[in-house]
This record gives sequence, structure tokens and C-alpha cells, in this order.
Amino acid sequence: MPLWTWFGLKAGKAATAWPYSGPDGQDGVLGLPRLDPAHCPPSCQDCVASCPTSALFGNAENGVGLDYGRCIACQLCVETCPTEALQSSGDWAFATRDRQDLIQGATRTLAEPGTRRRAHSSLCKSLHIRHIDAGSCNGCESELSALDNPFYNLHRLGIFFTPSPRFADLLLVTGPVTHPMRDPLLAAYAAMPEPRLVMASGTCAVSGAPMDGGYAGGQGLEGLIPVDIWLPGCPPNPAALIHALLVLLERMPQRVHGGQYGT
Amino acid sequence: MNHCEDRSLSATTLFAEAQGLLAQGYRFEMAYARFLKNDPEILYLVNRGPGNRFLLLRVAPAEDLPSLASIAPLLGWYEREMTDLSGIVVRGHPEPYPLLIHEGLRLSAPPLAPGPDCPRWAGQSLPPTMPEIEADQVQDLIWGPIRGDVLETGEFHFSYIGEAIIHYHARLAYKHRGLENRFQGLSPERGVYLAERVSGVGSVSHGLAYCQAVEAALGIEVPKRAQLLRVVLAELERLYNHFYYFARLAKTTTLKVGAAEGLLLEERVKQINARLTGSRFLRNVLAIGGLRRDLDVAGLGDALAPIDRDGHDYLDRLSRTASYLDRLIGTGSLSRDVASDQGATGPVARASGLDRDLRRDHPYAGYPSLQFAVPVRTQGDAQARAEVRTESLREALRLIIQTVGHITPGPIRTKTESAGSGEGLGWVETPRGSLFYAAHVEDGRLTRVKIKSPSFSNWRVFPFTVHDSNMMDYAINEASFGLTIAGADR
Repeated sequence: MPLWTWFGLKAGKAATAWPYSGPDGQDGVLGLPRLDPAHCPPSCQDCVASCPTSALFGNAENGVGLDYGRCIACQLCVETCPTEALQSSGDWAFATRDRQDLIQGATRTLAEPGTRRRAHSSLCKSLHIRHIDAGSCNGCESELSALDNPFYNLHRLGIFFTPSPRFADLLLVTGPVTHPMRDPLLAAYAAMPEPRLVMASGTCAVSGAPMDGGYAGGQGLEGLIPVDIWLPGCPPNPAALIHALLVLLERMPQRVHGGQYGT
Repeated sequence: MNHCEDRSLSATTLFAEAQGLLAQGYRFEMAYARFLKNDPEILYLVNRGPGNRFLLLRVAPAEDLPSLASIAPLLGWYEREMTDLSGIVVRGHPEPYPLLIHEGLRLSAPPLAPGPDCPRWAGQSLPPTMPEIEADQVQDLIWGPIRGDVLETGEFHFSYIGEAIIHYHARLAYKHRGLENRFQGLSPERGVYLAERVSGVGSVSHGLAYCQAVEAALGIEVPKRAQLLRVVLAELERLYNHFYYFARLAKTTTLKVGAAEGLLLEERVKQINARLTGSRFLRNVLAIGGLRRDLDVAGLGDALAPIDRDGHDYLDRLSRTASYLDRLIGTGSLSRDVASDQGATGPVARASGLDRDLRRDHPYAGYPSLQFAVPVRTQGDAQARAEVRTESLREALRLIIQTVGHITPGPIRTKTESAGSGEGLGWVETPRGSLFYAAHVEDGRLTRVKIKSPSFSNWRVFPFTVHDSNMMDYAINEASFGLTIAGADR
């Protein structure tokens, strides 16, 4: 019988030390597209028509805006754009504390501004997460379970998944929140001790898109429970998830402000 | 329907016709309802074996429809789904309970039937319909919908005494997103992004089956290069899914290093996926008529070489680990008859002696020009299911290299007319089994899309291996089936 432990030790260390050093593991990953309205031809609305989730919005007078909270990174707008106004990018670290920060272009404002609270300082070095699948396609679950693989090795950052909401500091929600999942989600939130944090993970959980509307969709977490960190992406890759958790814990800076991806 | 032989029947002759087809050894694949203006039409897809065209029975029910579940049990769930979503009354169903709309919840109208308004929810969720068990010391455990770990949402009911499970019921549909309804009214090109998001870890399979259904409906030929690149994508998806499967199996058998190594191999394949296509899930590449953009597969052989070496080594070590094998051998036995009657598919079916694989029996994409073996076992236990996956993982590694060797320069997409009409069937042998899409297109708009996912079939079968088993083996048995819930719920 093979000595697994010996083989494991022989294989050596697989974990990256990202974000402090080492690779993030996302070579080649296409993130959410970049929009530069300065390159838009006059009154062009081609991208708005091509966008399957209405993330791109606007009209001939006001130009085009982009709500990254609805973007599923399908790259269709990039293929449609007649100029270089929309370009594919490797921008995936999209976590924001304020929902409004995901919106580029001033013509769309949210009915209810996103909440913005500081994570309690006692949580910053050790965080326990309760994950809830509120109707995802399982792409998000696949990337969340990747956080436990030897490459990302989430434990090295003092962040753990926990089975019970009673032990959890953070409720991490995926999926658009389907009708039958609404009550279980609210019950889990109610069962958590204070201070409790909430993360909307994946475009579905941020806005419901592309599973909003229809009889069995949902609108994500907006207006349902207070959200401390929003992370669009379809699905957000494991490095984006780590970035979001560290932004929440104030251990990494937020990169996106006013819908613009900074350095 | 294109790729099928159509046969129209009346509701009164349906039962006898179905008996005749079953007597010839044919198996039903799926059933669904669609509406022509306000009149329903019920469609049954029949698989007549390798090399034979699929048969599509079309029934326009003047009165209620007879249930076929008593003679073809695998149709039971499809009939219940028709009642839930299309409002079709099925007469004489042996399990006349809701499937996708939970007990206690109601929709104001059947969502797939024509109607002016979007249906609204009412009512409060009630416990599912379960058999009454009268015995001493029977305990009921409800596990879910929120479970431990990072898992998909589902609710599982166990009636048990001590360690012995008497009855098990899986209540799914918490994740029902009404996907079939979402396709209606879209242009066929638009539907691809939606198909890719039915089941994330099946993005290629769902996207490909959808594209093939639309291509069949509209008579679109796909260029050779795109056909072969589609095989590369599908087999890469098989690779990362199977490595994850072994990680789960190692985890449930408490082989921690084995679980970590499986997850690391999965991660390495996902990183190769990203470098090849820009997406770790191989999304945003498939298109009606071929691919959205060309892929450079020249370096793929070199990139996969270390995976090939470490992957084979990993599988060899698992197959020599006594503590792991001890937990799999004899666990969750599924007989050939139950597998066949209840509709098992993919590795689950092949582990119970059903030698079925759509890539070989009804070849599509680039598979007709490729050589590959289809592993089969007859024991039907968790070990047989793991062995089938082991061999198909090894086969997938070889198949990718073989396919890359066949790829020659050429166009990757056939330009398509946007306004067309037709009906088509598309299918894919996914890592989990057979996936079918039926697409109905009228004047460039989708009027009905039916999705038959492999997990919908295998979730139906799974409880038959849990009744009369024990609690300790449950997690291992579930992992050995390799199910997803998003695909089954849609």
C-alpha cells in the first residue's frame, strides 16, 4: 500500500504565497471587459444591444455605461464593438464594499445605496465562513472548493470554512436567491452571532443576472440582507475570492472605484 | 425533428406502442411537453441502440395522457415535471407528487404553458411526500437544504434505525432557475451563454449539446477544425471533472493526501483551460456553427505531459490503497436491471454493465474520426463506478493528444442566417453521462428548449442504492455517483 504521506512530502510545497509573492494562478483568464467611452463612435449602441444581461446601458444622448454588477464576462460586447472602446482584460479583482462602485457612468444609480461597514478588527486575522448556495450553476462552488486545494491553500491566510452559521463570521452567498432558498438563507443569517458579515459572491448573487426575471429567478442579495462586500464574476476565480476576502478584512486595497479598475 | 425519426400517435395508442418498443429492448431517454399555440404536444425520445436513429414519439393528447411510468419507470420524473411546469394531467401515475415545485408551494400558472403573465409564487413549503414507516425506534434526519462544507443545495431525508437506513429521499429543486423558460424568445445565437450556465462544471457539455441541437434544427454544417476543437474542449472538461471526482472520493474515505492531490490536479487542468481559452471553465468559445474564435492547441500536448505523468501515477496509487478500496467494494450496489429501468447514465450505467456511450454509439462533433475505448464493469458498486471513471480519465488524456494530432488548419465557423425555422436534437456524452437538448426554432426565435441533464437521470437512480444501506457509507456512495444538483434542477 502506498505511503501517501511520504509521496505528499516528496511532491513538495504546491502553495502560492500570493498576494504577498508568487503567482496568482490566473494566467490567461479573461476578466470583465474595460470600457473607455472616449472611443465610442457617436450615438453607437451596438454593445448595449449585444449584452445579454443589460450590464451595458445607455442611450444615444448620454453615451454608454457599464454596471459590472450585472456583467458575466461573456466577452460578446468586445466582439461587437466597432472600435476599441470595449476591450477584453485580465481585470478580475472586482470586489467592492459599495455596490455603487461597480457602476461606470453616472446615469444609473441604485434605489438603495449599498451598505458599507468596517469589518470588526477582531476578525481581521481569523475569519470563519459559512457558504450558502442560493441557486448557483455550481461554477461558484467549484471555485470555492478550489480555495481548499494545495495551490491556494486558504488556511494559510487564517480563513476557514465552517459548517454552522453559529460559528460563522461571514455568510458567503452564491446564486441569484431562488424562491425556495429565500427563507433558508434568511434563517441562516438570523442564526449568526454579531458581528456578522455578508459577501455576495458571483454576478448572480450581486444582481441576479443572468438568472433574474422569469418565474424562478432572483435579484441577488440587494435589498434582502445588508452586504459588506460585492464580488461580480461568472464565476469569480479563486484569486478574486481571496482578494475579496482580504479587502473585506482590510488586508488588501480595493481596486475598483466608480466602475474604474485601478492598480 | 432533425436527427430523429418522427412518429405521431394518439394518446389512446401510446401505452401499447411504448410496450412494443420496450419489448424490443429500446430505452426511453426523455419526455417533455411543448405548446403549439394553446395545444400541448407531448414528445418522447427513444434510443434504439448503437447506430440507429433516435425515435421521437409525438402525442397530441385529446384527453388526459396515460402515465408510462409503470412500464418505463425512468419516465416517472419527466411526467411529474410536465405536470409541474406545463400543467399536463398524467393519468395513473404511480408517484403523483410534485417534483420541481415543492409540496405546499404553488405557481399561479404553469410556467411553460402559454399565458399572458409571469407566474407568481404562493404558499409555504411543506415536508415532502414520504412513505409512512411504522416501526420502533425509527428516527428521521433531515439534512439540508444548507449542508456542511462547500456543497450544492439539496435536502436529504433519512429514516433510519441505528446505522441502518430504511428509506432515503432526496428533495432537489431548491436551485430551480426556470432555465428552459429563459430560452424561449431568444435568438438561437443568444442562447449559448445561457446553456453554458446551466451547470458550471458542465459548461462545455451544455453549450455543445445546445449548439448541436440548433445546428441540427437549422441544418448548419460545422467545419472539421471546429469539430475537433470541440472534442478537445469536451475532453478537457472530462479531465478536470474526473480529478475532482477522485478528490471527493478520497476525502470521503478520509484519504487526506489523496484528496489534496486530486484537487491539485484539477487546479492544474483548470489553469491549462484558462491559458487555452481565457476561461477556467472553457466558457465563451462555443458558437452556433463552430467556435467564436480559433484556439492554439500546438502547446497543449506539452502542457498536459506533466498532468499525464502525475495523473496516471495518482490513479495507480489509489488503486493500490487498501483502506480506500475497502470502503468502495460492495458499497452502494446498483443492479443492471435497476440501472436500466430507472435510467442510469454515464459511468454509473457503465459500472452496472450497461455498455452505453453516445460518443461511440451516436457519434457527434469530431468523434467519428477518433479511436477510444469505453470502459465497462458489471459489479455495480462504488468500486466499479470508480474504476470506470479511472479508465475514462486515462482515455481522455490519450484522446486529447490524439485529437490534437488530427487538427489541420481551416475555418472554424460557418456563417449562419439568423432567421430560420426547424427542430433539432443535440447530444453529448458528458463526464456524468448523456445530455440531450431539443431545440424548437421558429423564424429565428427559440420557442422551446428541453434540457435532459445526466444528473437528472442519476439522481433518480441514486436513492435505490441508499435504501437498506448504512449511514457510514452514505457520503462515499454519494461521492461515487459524482452528481451535480444545478444540472438536475435547471
